[in-house]
Amino acid sequence: MRIPLSWLREWADLPEGADADYVHAALVKVGLEEEAVHGTAISGPVVVGEVLEYVDEPQKNGKTIRWCQVRTGTTESGESEVRGIVCGAHNFHVGDKVVVALPGAELPGPFPISARKTYGHVSDGMIASARELGLGDEHDGIVRLVTLGLDPEPGTDAIALLGLDDVAVEVNVTPDRGYTLSIRGIAREYSHATGAVFRDPAKAFEVGEADGFSVEVKDHSPIRGRRGCDVFVTRVVRDIDPTRPTPGWMVARLALAGIRSISLPVDIANYVMLELGQPIHAYDLEKVAGGITVRRAVVGETLVTLDDQTRTLDTEDLLITDVSGPIGLAGVMGGASTEVSDSTTDVLIEAANFDPVSISRTARRHKLPSEASKRFARGVDPLVAAPAAQRVADLLVEHAGGTIDSLGSEWIEAKRPAEIALPDGYVDSLIGVDYSLDEVTDSLSAIGCQIRLEGDGWMVEPPSWRPDLVDAPSLAEEVARIVGYDRIPAALPVAPPGRGLTRSQRVRRAIGASLAAAGLSEVLNYPFSTAEQIAMIDGEDAATMRLANALDAEAAHLRRSLIPALVATAHRNRSRGLSDLAIFEIGRVFRPEAGASYGVDAVPFGSARPSDDVLADLDASIPPQPWRVAALVVGDRRPRGIGQPAEPAGIADVIAAAHLVANAAGVALDVRQGNHDALHPGRTAELLVGDRVVGLAGELLPRLALENDLPRRVGVLELDLDALIELGEGDLVAESLSAYPAATQDLSLVVPVDVPAGDVRAAVIEGAGELLEAATLIDDYRGDGLEAGTKSITLALRFRAADRTLTQAEATEAKMAGLAVAAERFGASLRA
Amino acid sequence: MLVPDSLPITDDAVASAVDAALDAIDAAGDTAALKAARSAHAGEQSALARLNASLRDVPAEQKAALGKLVGQARGRVQQAFAAREATLAAEEETRALAAEAIDVTAIAPLGLRGGRHPLTTLMEQMSDIFVAMGWEVAEGPELENEWYNFDALNFDPDHPARAMQDTFFVEPEDAHLLMRTHTSPVQVRALLERGLPLYVVAPGRVFRTDELDATHTPVFHQIEGIAIDKGLTMAHLRGTLEHMARTMFGEGARIRLRPSYFPFTEPSAELDVWHPTFRGGARWIEWGGCGMVNPNVLRAAGVDPEVYQGFAFGMGIERTLMFRNEVHDMRDMVEGDVRFTQQFGVSA
Repeated sequence: MRIPLSWLREWADLPEGADADYVHAALVKVGLEEEAVHGTAISGPVVVGEVLEYVDEPQKNGKTIRWCQVRTGTTESGESEVRGIVCGAHNFHVGDKVVVALPGAELPGPFPISARKTYGHVSDGMIASARELGLGDEHDGIVRLVTLGLDPEPGTDAIALLGLDDVAVEVNVTPDRGYTLSIRGIAREYSHATGAVFRDPAKAFEVGEADGFSVEVKDHSPIRGRRGCDVFVTRVVRDIDPTRPTPGWMVARLALAGIRSISLPVDIANYVMLELGQPIHAYDLEKVAGGITVRRAVVGETLVTLDDQTRTLDTEDLLITDVSGPIGLAGVMGGASTEVSDSTTDVLIEAANFDPVSISRTARRHKLPSEASKRFARGVDPLVAAPAAQRVADLLVEHAGGTIDSLGSEWIEAKRPAEIALPDGYVDSLIGVDYSLDEVTDSLSAIGCQIRLEGDGWMVEPPSWRPDLVDAPSLAEEVARIVGYDRIPAALPVAPPGRGLTRSQRVRRAIGASLAAAGLSEVLNYPFSTAEQIAMIDGEDAATMRLANALDAEAAHLRRSLIPALVATAHRNRSRGLSDLAIFEIGRVFRPEAGASYGVDAVPFGSARPSDDVLADLDASIPPQPWRVAALVVGDRRPRGIGQPAEPAGIADVIAAAHLVANAAGVALDVRQGNHDALHPGRTAELLVGDRVVGLAGELLPRLALENDLPRRVGVLELDLDALIELGEGDLVAESLSAYPAATQDLSLVVPVDVPAGDVRAAVIEGAGELLEAATLIDDYRGDGLEAGTKSITLALRFRAADRTLTQAEATEAKMAGLAVAAERFGASLRA
Repeated sequence: MLVPDSLPITDDAVASAVDAALDAIDAAGDTAALKAARSAHAGEQSALARLNASLRDVPAEQKAALGKLVGQARGRVQQAFAAREATLAAEEETRALAAEAIDVTAIAPLGLRGGRHPLTTLMEQMSDIFVAMGWEVAEGPELENEWYNFDALNFDPDHPARAMQDTFFVEPEDAHLLMRTHTSPVQVRALLERGLPLYVVAPGRVFRTDELDATHTPVFHQIEGIAIDKGLTMAHLRGTLEHMARTMFGEGARIRLRPSYFPFTEPSAELDVWHPTFRGGARWIEWGGCGMVNPNVLRAAGVDPEVYQGFAFGMGIERTLMFRNEVHDMRDMVEGDVRFTQQFGVSA
């Protein structure tokens, strides 16, 4: 909401010199947050000039300019001050009063004015258009003051004359405060903030009586039990001239408030809406057939709205109709058939009050957000309709020259707001301040409440413009707000003893710290995925959740895997010249079950706890969203340096990262040969804890890496974090450490080349029994001295007994037992 | 064992054997030469060994005097050997150390520099302030049912506040699924699941349909808190927020509450924070929103608002990081440029 200060000053006493900052500071105290300051940004000298004569001078560029002699005032000696000015417009005549920006002036833009040579003359100033003055969009010609009904003396300060020195403050109006979408409401709040005198504009004009215009409200299907229309006031003004200009001050105020001047009747309707908060609609009375009926649309009905769109109506839409059918979409937009035009003489003014829910739904349904629907959706004071209709009629009479007719209507059936019980002490108990009784009652009276004592407290009737006051907490807020939030003291509550972080939270922190310490950088990617990204890891047919209104329609899927976004992020980094990367993400993925459907047909309504069954349905309505951790490496793991060749990163790095993750989760990871469509067939590992597959590591298929503008070798990893956390649950039982000496021996055995080294190691461990403390794969030899099709795997073994010093013989015996299992399983033999 | 040939013991013979040995020791330039000298002058066939062996044959009355003569000579030579050996070993160690010297300024890093995302560590830091007071950290799904995100939080289905949130809806249409627009659904879940009294914070990701630019991102992070107990007032809200501000920014931090509106709180307030040492100067900065939990929220979770009341608050993590660390462009936080994360390292 933008508030021109001159307008605010009309209804609240602003101190001398109060500027935009001052008003903002006052309004923020009562909850109207500062948004901006708007001004016409004009500085003088800008004066009224009289065109004495001009010569049309055609130019080589095809244009014709006017070389004008303009009287811009009177010198001290009483002579006319006349200036020569070049002007491009042709819409004026000799004798017209115009607005002249003299050298030294600055127009909005900023556009400084100086005497300059142009088209062969020295132009000693500029004759301004409405747009150049910030008075609207009009730029087809210069402003002729006669069209504004003005005939001032040449030399008169045009800035003051046209209200161009005004500024507007813009505040953010929260959705509960519909009444502050008006000068009336803002002036009232300004008075609450500062104690300044407030004059209610709704009570500043005498409201006459009118009767005889038929209005019927027939709402046979109220939405949520609320009648669509409670108030319908009409007035008739006859014999107006709608083509008369809107007064300059009104244009200036509307412009500052962000509303463009359109025509006098429309400008007046908008002006009154801004002042009182009451949306107004004006009809050409001659085009309205009979009386008005307010009703819901019937199936198949259509309406051509003011914007010449044909709207197919919904049976929930509330309509203004005459005998011909719909003539307006109530509270949202008028119809074209009864629009006020330049030939209108008699105007029917409508000031009505419509149900917020009905109006919001209609505005949303037809995508017609308007100043009117915005106000109705937030609640309009039902008692301001009659003063507003009267004010419009008065302004039409004043500026368009009509007369008020006795025809009209005053159908007002708004219910009084329900009384709210406010027990004594309630406000204190919620806010934590010891308010005096006077502070409570004075605050509520100040905002317009009617208060009466009852029992141990009060019954409070909120004012008609405050539909947001519905319960005791909302009244407590008003007291706290009017007295000031600064009065609230600080006290620390004491929570019962807590249990600390959950295991999942602790493990995620440990994983993040481990991976970062190992040289990986954490990223937080958006979860939005393209179909190609989904297919990369989960295949073409994977079930996904999709956004209904994605910002990028291509990326409407929710990720099932963290890897594709890591690939994209890697590419972004590399495109910025960062070629060696190790990145990771810990985040949720969205994994609907194939064939399952999610969502619910309806959600519980009202403020009561849903039943356990309903809650169970709500919980089952969303897909599984497990935590995952993923990593990607590309480029060099160890950069080239002095005395250090670069070491390229690959699958070893992501497997090392996987072990770090598992270690942080308290589980031991097994690695075995795996396969995945997106990964290198020879460089893919399946990651397991016991028998359970918990993730995947490997190198992207080189083709896929290249398609994503990455180098051939890209290591990727993804682990199911929830599974790791679950598997690592429970306290580890520590092994007691033997202090007896260890016996170390190497074991080289020959196996067929296709036997995985890890399997050989597992067999040796199984066979060697409990004396074997550690087994490390240290060599894989193929070639001379071995039979074709075989390889030699060497393990470094460390044996130790819990209760004695092992002899080499015992160690050898255990080693041979390990060999025996490998021999049985893979035909392994001791290398000669 | 070889028995050294005997040599007649004379003063001259002893002196010349000693002199020869000392000359050889002096002449030894390294430990290898010294080893050779030891073999020649103190070994089994050396002059001193032979003189020593001759002691067997000398008459008993001369044994003491000659024994002393030879013993002293051997002792002198042994001492000289030990001294020379120590000197040479020290010299060799010095040479070896000199040879091993490297230019420490030229040492290459052994790997890449890693880091945790500052949004993650900031959420942890903020959570920990509350964990230290006995609060717990609650989490919930990012794709939510509309009831948890709006209806249970007193957002009327037709109220403009609902449209204000720029919600991402999830298909199928009319299935009442969405990406949570705030972490407040976790408050409702916590009320339903954890019972009372309740003191939890809920950090996490939230979603709104804002295009990414320097100050907006469709995916961002919040931390919210809710406390429901008997007798909690807005003073407790202020005390809690003040404690949080002082813990994060220092004792000089102040907070300010301004009237505002949120469907799920009444009264509601905007929270501003001020600190004398803020980068860019001491000033008020908009930090978050808060208020007393609306009784309708409590009712939706089956809590009797006549018995329990409490407060809730929330702040944006991105916003906090922006003013705390002078991050000027939201895109730096979301694009995953490793330079951004690396400058924060693993520090919290």
